[in-house]
Amino acid sequence: MQSWIPFIPESASTTSGQVDALYFYLVGVTAFFTVLISGVLIFFVIRYRRRLAFEIPRPVAGSIKLESLWTVIPFLIAMSMFVWGATVYFTQYSIPKDALEVYVVGKQWMWKVQHTTGQREINELHVPVGRKIKLVMTTEDVIHSFFIPAFRIKSDVVPGRYTYIWFEATKAGRYHLFCAEYCGTNHSGMTGSVVVMEPNEYDDWLSGNANQESPVAAGQRLFTQTLGCASCHKEDGSGGRGPSLLGLMGSEVHLEGGRTLTADESYVRESILNPRAQIVVGFQPIMPTFQGQVSEEQLLQLISYIKSLSPGQSSGIETTAPARSNNPQVGPATPEGQGAGSLEEQRMNPVGATPPRSSSSSSNSSSTGPSGAAPRAASPAPARTNNGNRPR
Amino acid sequence: METRLPPFEPVTPTDQRINYLNARYGLKSWLLTKDHKRIALLYLGSVTLFFILGGMYALAIRLELLTPRGDLVESNTYNKLFTQHGILMVFFFLIPAIPAVLGNFLVPIMIGAKDLAFPKINLLSWYIYMVGGIFTLTALLSGGVDTGWTFYAPYSSTYSNSYVLLAGIGVFINGFSSILTGLNFIVTIHTMRAPGMTWFRLPLFIWSHYATSLIMVLGTPVIAITILLLALERIAHIGIFDPKLGGDPVLFQHLFWFYSHPAVYIMILPSMGVVSELIANFSRKNIFGYSFVAFSSIAIAVFGFLVWGHHMFVSSQSMYAGLVFSFLSFAVAIPSAVKVFNWTATLYQGSISYDTPMLYGLGFIGLFLIGGMTGLFLAAMGLDIHVHDTYFVVAHFHYVMVGGTLMGYLGGLHYWWPKITGRMYPEGWARFAALVVFVGFNLTFFPQFLLGYMGMPRRYHAYSEEFQVLNVMSSAGASILGLGMLIPMIYFVWSMRYGRRASANPWVLPGLEWRTASPPPTENFEVTPVVTWEAYEFAPMEEMQVIGKFEPGDRAAQPAHGENI
Repeated sequence: MQSWIPFIPESASTTSGQVDALYFYLVGVTAFFTVLISGVLIFFVIRYRRRLAFEIPRPVAGSIKLESLWTVIPFLIAMSMFVWGATVYFTQYSIPKDALEVYVVGKQWMWKVQHTTGQREINELHVPVGRKIKLVMTTEDVIHSFFIPAFRIKSDVVPGRYTYIWFEATKAGRYHLFCAEYCGTNHSGMTGSVVVMEPNEYDDWLSGNANQESPVAAGQRLFTQTLGCASCHKEDGSGGRGPSLLGLMGSEVHLEGGRTLTADESYVRESILNPRAQIVVGFQPIMPTFQGQVSEEQLLQLISYIKSLSPGQSSGIETTAPARSNNPQVGPATPEGQGAGSLEEQRMNPVGATPPRSSSSSSNSSSTGPSGAAPRAASPAPARTNNGNRPR
Repeated sequence: METRLPPFEPVTPTDQRINYLNARYGLKSWLLTKDHKRIALLYLGSVTLFFILGGMYALAIRLELLTPRGDLVESNTYNKLFTQHGILMVFFFLIPAIPAVLGNFLVPIMIGAKDLAFPKINLLSWYIYMVGGIFTLTALLSGGVDTGWTFYAPYSSTYSNSYVLLAGIGVFINGFSSILTGLNFIVTIHTMRAPGMTWFRLPLFIWSHYATSLIMVLGTPVIAITILLLALERIAHIGIFDPKLGGDPVLFQHLFWFYSHPAVYIMILPSMGVVSELIANFSRKNIFGYSFVAFSSIAIAVFGFLVWGHHMFVSSQSMYAGLVFSFLSFAVAIPSAVKVFNWTATLYQGSISYDTPMLYGLGFIGLFLIGGMTGLFLAAMGLDIHVHDTYFVVAHFHYVMVGGTLMGYLGGLHYWWPKITGRMYPEGWARFAALVVFVGFNLTFFPQFLLGYMGMPRRYHAYSEEFQVLNVMSSAGASILGLGMLIPMIYFVWSMRYGRRASANPWVLPGLEWRTASPPPTENFEVTPVVTWEAYEFAPMEEMQVIGKFEPGDRAAQPAHGENI
């Protein structure tokens, strides 16, 4: 996987070219100054070599003019690098609103991926060409780092919080996915592939893996049945003991103590795991903590469900809506990666793993959502028909 | 230009004079010494020991990386190899090397003092260093540590099953040795300068040690606190860093780098001080822009405290925090650039000799140019996203920390070897070794820049096949570098007994350390010197000589071209 330029990895995203351009600029400046200074150095060393054993050369006083010259010029060059570097950085890390969300959970030593359409993957990530992809990432144990060299992107994946990164692939192909933050014994084995597919192939791939429960549906099942959240947070928005979650995402939340914040993934996560940290005005601190009872993946499913209750906060794909409808073929999918040897994972990581919870046997969720969108299974691959661009 | 003949006179054997080496004998006279010069030698021995150990780990790492598959050692073993390589080299070699060996020996002599301000504390600091070293070695021998030298939480606090605490205690204890050394230097430089030795007559070696000491005293307590918090979490499960216990893993990185970034300047600043000495003295010129070079050291020490966040551009720290750290990181590059320009300008119209110390000095500039400039790549945020935690970073910090510190350390050791031991090292072998080290170093680490941009992450036990060619080059370089390091170790030991005797001033230089005997008496000077000259003020021969005569083995007694004899 080389580009035609030696020692440059393949460039396959919309931002990778910008990083390369910045790199070439810095290589150019470095080469120029290295050659200039070492050239002058070698010239002086030869030209002014000691000819007589005890000669004493004429002392030279300093020069303010020269000193300011070689302070100001490097400073200006450094500032050009700073501005350019910051510009590229903000492009890389400013998540576009219309991106398709994919959930990533790191774990010693694998990457677990779940698509909003329900597909799960381990150590692989399938994405279409020409579509902005936003990764919502967290980890079950230690810090990992999600690194795709061909896209020139990387972000640490930090326990206890969500980190985000986005990219838009420009070339179909299979690219390296590395864990870049040292994470223990098999760190160098925590690798995989990003498979970039042409849109039609991607559609085929999506439909070929369609019979899996979408995160929204799974989240709803957790919400209404497994965890029983719905007994306090009424799904129809009527007054319960807990605040209604309809339209919560992206809205302003007023907390006891006068603080106000905008509800996002981290807020929801915190409110599930440590409910008493942030009490919404007008409610009693009666919610128990769910720390240790929900896995990272289940948290993402809950968040994805709660997000689906806020129109305009979709994860960029039309098929998130059907979660609120009948979902007959939801199987008893375990929250852990399917069949990938959960026992083995447990053994390797006794501390960090949350025990897989067997999901509730009754998997039919009744339709309570306000909108009657098409059932998920009926539209296996609608991603391409709607590019997720929704006005907010 | 003035030319003088050296006054050749019959040789008087140096060892008939009482000096710090032969003043007293016996193990006790060494282990209970309060003489800064003997303590420097104690440090020299122990630092070398840790360097050899760390170097062996490095060779094992490079051997494993010859092939893409992890086939030489298990991944757990490999993780311990790079961790222990890092811990030993950073905390037990690079940080103490120049200040504790060369600084200890030379700071009092170069300012005309009899000893450091607190001789007993100086000895204590060596003992603390050794106790810290023993703890760390115990950790390594009893099973090892696998957290990486960065000890990132929550891996180190909750998940690692290795001897994190024992190694951490070693580093914790060792920190106090650093603090005491820094404290000693600061007080000494403030209060014990000889009459006439004003601040702006100080050799630049002293300025850089002053700046280093500031960092040691202000920065080291932070790493001590960080390790303490880590221990609290590991033993008592008090949630500080692990989110499962209610902590914040990114907080650890802030605390760790708040010390560990300035620690890089603890390594490089003394080396820059040595290089300033080498460049000025071996071109027989006063340094160009003395006050700019002096204050750039202070500027680096101060700015160095404000840039730690550039290690965390991808750590989920705020993008705007990243912006500030990126700006300051570019700012700290400027004083370093100023130094390089001033060293180059110093050579202009000088009388440049090609003695080994000068070769190391010039080699330092070469490596530091590449190491420093690639630092800009990492400060540019958009580029750091890609190369962060790859071999690009590994190459960069080896160029700066190892290339910089090692070149300065070896250059300084050769330069002051006649003063320390009273013997000359073999010049031919030394020049050859300097060349081997320079070539080996570049062959080892330059390919790693390319590997990094190609996307090879660091700390990988097994890697993808397209990275193999460059890894083989790097491993080949490492064996050359290892060989290059072996040669000086052999001839330094050899020269202590068989080297030619050195005179008081074998290089014919004006510095105070050359105005006392080689090796110096215990009290450094027979009479307290009165300084009437500026730093690097070269005077005609007969004024240069204070004590002792040139000996046939001196470089100065052997003019490069025989025309004026």
